[in-house]
Amino acid sequence: MSTAASARARTGDTAAEPLLQVRDLHVEFRTRDGVARAVNGVNYSVRAGETLAILGESGSGKSVSSQAVMGILDSPPGFVTGGEIIFKGRDLLKLSNEERRKVRGAQMAMVFQDALSSLNPVHTVGTQLGEMYRVHKGSSRKDAKLKAVELMERVGIPAAKERVNQYPHQFSGGMRQRVMIAMALALEPDLIIADEPTTALDVTVQAQVMELLHDLQREYDMGLILITHDLGVVADVADKIAVMYAGRIVETAPVHELYARPAHPYTRGLLDSIPRLDQKGQELYAIKGLPPNLLRIPPGCAFNPRCPMAQEICRAEVPPLLAVTEEDGRDLPGRGSACHFWKETLHG
Amino acid sequence: MPDQQPDKPEGVPDDANTELSSAFAETPTLGAMGAQSLLDEEDLTHTPPQSSEDVAVVDREVARSLWQDAWRELRTNPIFLISAVLIVFLVLVAVWPGLFDSTDPLQCDLAKSQLGPTSGHPFGYDTQGCDVYARTIHGARASITVGVFATLGAALLGTVMGGLAGFFGGWIDAVISRIADIFFGIPILLGGLVFLSVIPSQSIWVVVGFIVVLGWPQIARIARGAVITAKQQDYVTAARALGAGNGRLMLRHILPNALAPIIVVATIALGTYISLEATLSYLGVGLKPPTVSWGIDISAAADTFRNAPHMLLFPAGALCITILAFIMLGDAVRDALDPKLR
Amino acid sequence: MGRYVIRRLLQMIPVFIGTTFIIFAMVHALGDPVSALFGDKAPDPAVAAQLRQSLGLNDPLWVQYLHYMKGIFTGDLGKTFAGQQVTSLLASAYPTTLKLAGVAFVIEVVFGIGLGLISGLRRGKSADNLVMVFTLLVISIPIFVIGYVLQYLFGVKWGIVNATVGYGAPISDLILPGFVLASVSLAYVARLTRTTVAENSKADYVRTATAKGLPRRRVVVNHLLRNSLIPVVTFLGTDLGALMGGALVTERIFNIQGVGYWLYQGIVRQNTPTVVGFVTILVVVYLLANLLVDLLYAVLDPRIRYA
Repeated sequence: MSTAASARARTGDTAAEPLLQVRDLHVEFRTRDGVARAVNGVNYSVRAGETLAILGESGSGKSVSSQAVMGILDSPPGFVTGGEIIFKGRDLLKLSNEERRKVRGAQMAMVFQDALSSLNPVHTVGTQLGEMYRVHKGSSRKDAKLKAVELMERVGIPAAKERVNQYPHQFSGGMRQRVMIAMALALEPDLIIADEPTTALDVTVQAQVMELLHDLQREYDMGLILITHDLGVVADVADKIAVMYAGRIVETAPVHELYARPAHPYTRGLLDSIPRLDQKGQELYAIKGLPPNLLRIPPGCAFNPRCPMAQEICRAEVPPLLAVTEEDGRDLPGRGSACHFWKETLHG
Repeated sequence: MPDQQPDKPEGVPDDANTELSSAFAETPTLGAMGAQSLLDEEDLTHTPPQSSEDVAVVDREVARSLWQDAWRELRTNPIFLISAVLIVFLVLVAVWPGLFDSTDPLQCDLAKSQLGPTSGHPFGYDTQGCDVYARTIHGARASITVGVFATLGAALLGTVMGGLAGFFGGWIDAVISRIADIFFGIPILLGGLVFLSVIPSQSIWVVVGFIVVLGWPQIARIARGAVITAKQQDYVTAARALGAGNGRLMLRHILPNALAPIIVVATIALGTYISLEATLSYLGVGLKPPTVSWGIDISAAADTFRNAPHMLLFPAGALCITILAFIMLGDAVRDALDPKLR
Repeated sequence: MGRYVIRRLLQMIPVFIGTTFIIFAMVHALGDPVSALFGDKAPDPAVAAQLRQSLGLNDPLWVQYLHYMKGIFTGDLGKTFAGQQVTSLLASAYPTTLKLAGVAFVIEVVFGIGLGLISGLRRGKSADNLVMVFTLLVISIPIFVIGYVLQYLFGVKWGIVNATVGYGAPISDLILPGFVLASVSLAYVARLTRTTVAENSKADYVRTATAKGLPRRRVVVNHLLRNSLIPVVTFLGTDLGALMGGALVTERIFNIQGVGYWLYQGIVRQNTPTVVGFVTILVVVYLLANLLVDLLYAVLDPRIRYA
């Protein structure tokens, strides 16, 4: 069991404080053409051992918000203009650059989408893995290499002892992604953010990599944020889902509830767009329109131009994330919807 | 041999003369940088789709082509504006020198040898007693003519050769590439010295022809790379699947998209060709009197530089400003056309 | 990688033959070497005919070329019209050129990469703009102008260094000419470095390195530079080959009696053996440098090595 989990077990503290709490995060990009508001007041949290999936299309702000959490936002042109990122009790935004750097990699790590471009092509895999130990723990080159082999074996790369001296381009896509995961895992961080980790992979390999992530998470009792646009990938692994649109979270729900009973027209649209076998012969559904230009987000609810249920109020007022309840008022924990008409969407 | 193409060291593996603009992706090169072509074949340096979404700042309402975008950007770029104004001015001077000066540059009075600037003759006199101002103004024509026509020639020849090599590949590519390599191997200044001292003709077109003959490989290299890159795009495969023949593919699909890096290199090459002509004239094999050329004037003034610096400085200054203008233009055009540098 | 090396070697052969032949042909078109040998005096026809025969000048051009190539591989480049062995003239001139090239190369590497790195890391800021303007100016001014102006300023007006290079070419005298020779290459190196550094800073693997919590310096040196400098190093390699080829204009301005200087003399005086000999060697050096650089590229980039 990881140090974090054993510590919690000792103190009997199983679910008290969330590992990561993002509060009212705002990120904007200052470009030549104007200010693009990429993240507009996002709130989410993750506990140890929990998996949060952030779902959204390109431009929804899902990657930007996680980059802000990691502190690797391209700045300029990106700037965090508001909010708090509370990780293990500390607001990361208030830390110095050096303190944040120490958190990165050691306590909070990221897995990127394309391992081929995300790994340095001129260093061996062993060097890149070992670097984690050499920099954060001052290990010697020899020790670092041994640990690199261990890591590679842990993530299921065969012939690790030989392959540790190979270069990234000599691995297949799935193996490379395992290397990326190994790199994130090296120092047993408390939180891993996986930004579309399987999008560039074949379907069968996707499943293997997701399973690996899931296993590792359970073994190390880590928090996992999974960023994706693929509904299918999420179902097995996530505990809860946050759906993002135009820089805001428009719905949150435990995973199976989201699939069964969405409470936001956008989520409903996404689910309806998935082709199903029993739809044979019918026209496929797609949400009409396109995601908005972040330089000019529509007033009110950003989804209103594309929403089948849009009314005047939708164009006027931005709906806050409201608590979603059963028809009879019973609490539905963990559920929220940023829609003026969530009741109609959910129950109607 | 850095002197050979005087302002471009040999073997610059670049796609845009003044710097390696790999925005025009991994353009495989002829010969020397064969490694690059290997990388392309193995597709080891593909640029993946941006995972974490780029902030979608694209204006989805209005579709804009590369050229419209580039023009918009150029319009507001001060470097472009300055160089464009300069070039227009220089072309005016070249075409109508009479507008700027009424003195005959060839009418020299030995009595006035090496006199400094006086009223009515702001640039003074050279060793032969010729009016330096007049010679500087009239010298523009030679330099600009050589620059423009040499560039046109080299660009045309280079694009055709490089385009054919890139489009057809195979043995055509091998042959053209080796021919280009051979010309690359000839140091340009040395080639100029030998070649031009053999030809008896005094014509300006000999110099132009020589520059074209030795300059086309550089453009061909870029053209070949650009055509290969364009050829690999999906829209070409799609057009082919729709039945488009080679000619149509080349003219309507590939060339328009391959044009950008060629234009950038050609614009900058213009500047270097002007410099080359001046250097050849300085070495005594370029343009010869009675043609008025800055290179000739600088060469003649070199020995007496200490006593009468004005004789060298004014034509040198004019030469530098001209070259600068074209290279600045090339820089600005490249920045505008280069998607990665935005 | 072996396949790559062999392919490059094979490609080099026709290029070598083609280039040397064209030069050979051009030089021989310079004029009748026999009349040039006699200078201003009109040659006695019988003697001339005999000379022609002995020099093999009656053979078709390509035969002459083959004879000459054979000579090259046996180290015999013929005699200059002054009776000196071309090889010995080359041997006396080359060290001078090498020294000059060495000085220029060091200047080019240190300042070129240095300026380019600063510029690339601080893209868009004033340091970057300064470097860009400076390199732009250097590229735009023809080398002979730079040479004369600097020679005048530093050598004559301010008297900081000797205006021309003394006998035996001491290194201290070579600094100014070295700088002039390096100037354009320096500008290109700086711009090239700037571009690759600026581009690579946006690369995914740099983002990964930052995400790993590595200190900025390590990210820049081990990750960014290690990749960015690959094209720069390969360019420097070919440039070194070019520098060693002799710097005609620079040697002329500063009166350095290196390869370029003698070559120019040879051309002006139509001293065919000298010209052909020197140029051929220059071409060989250049082609070799290119080949080495291609190999170097494979060493530096594992994607080529283990393709």
